[in-house]
Amino acid sequence: MNMSEHNSPTDADAAADDGHDDHGHDDHGPGHYTRILGLLVVLLVVSVAGPFVADFLPHGTDGSRTLLQLFLILSTAFGIAIVKAYLVVKHFMHLNIEPKFVTYFLVTGLAFMGIFFSGVAPDVMHHEGTHWRNEAAMNEVDRALAVQAEGHDEHGEAGEHHDEGGEEGH
Amino acid sequence: MKPIATTRSVTGMPTGKLAVWWVIASEIVIFGGLLMSYLMHRIGHPEWGEYASHTNVWIGTTNTLVLLTSSYFAVRAHYAAEHGDGKAAAKWLCGTMGGAIAFLCIKSFEWSTEIAHGYTITANGFWSFYYIAAGIHGLHVIAGAIIMGFIAVAAWKQKELQRVELVGLYWHFVDIVWIFLFPLLYIAK
Repeated sequence: MNMSEHNSPTDADAAADDGHDDHGHDDHGPGHYTRILGLLVVLLVVSVAGPFVADFLPHGTDGSRTLLQLFLILSTAFGIAIVKAYLVVKHFMHLNIEPKFVTYFLVTGLAFMGIFFSGVAPDVMHHEGTHWRNEAAMNEVDRALAVQAEGHDEHGEAGEHHDEGGEEGH
Repeated sequence: MKPIATTRSVTGMPTGKLAVWWVIASEIVIFGGLLMSYLMHRIGHPEWGEYASHTNVWIGTTNTLVLLTSSYFAVRAHYAAEHGDGKAAAKWLCGTMGGAIAFLCIKSFEWSTEIAHGYTITANGFWSFYYIAAGIHGLHVIAGAIIMGFIAVAAWKQKELQRVELVGLYWHFVDIVWIFLFPLLYIAK
């Protein structure tokens, strides 16, 4: 549809509630987009609240997070991110009414992302293997954890936690 | 005479729109690679959790809200353009650009505060990723806002309204990148 051929605005708001215009295109009215924005905002609130709620649950005996806490954090923070992205792609970008090959383009990009992670992650996430050791990474992890255990921050100031205006985000 | 991007359609859609989707697919690899790199390093460096605790989740949440709203303005601009109302489209695009400016101002304040506390790009691996990822995203916000300005001016004059959708597609992608950056940098502590 050539946008420049439209000479005057139509009263689209009243005609758009059935979701399709006379070109057979997806033509939701502004109310639809407003509802999607509202849903996105609600999901944002849930995604921020989820990790806070998770921190109120009982921790493990060694102070580490339990599986339940991890599940809650991952599902609210990251699971909801995927849902929000889907809503934007479907309702704002209208990918569902584009030709299928566009979806294939995007999925191909995601596939390369997955291939990259699969190929490289084992060497980065782990610092030693059957015939190799990443001494620099192991030393850095040990050094930083020791500093944190002593209660120092990375700037050598003992026990100082920056908490100005909620900077720590908690 | 109309440009080829508008008049030619080999694939069933105008070439200009095809180009924008192509750019988005490429950007998925760029940002996806960056985010995957961050993810695998984050998992391999448990000490990064403490570093990440110094990011401000409330500022991140505000920026997410700003970008979601600006995406809404962009789709409203597209809707207006679809119905031939260039002036309304231009106004909605101005709202989107306002969101971009708000995002960048909030980001500037946030970074100034963090840098003042010594959390610089060279502080450690986490902060390197933080500034690079958010910085590259910010550059995309700036570029998108500038292009959007040109398209808004043309739309106001009822010209090239098809470009409103194209810049909107780009803007929604920028929003989606931030939707994933936000939990990775601000929530995973």
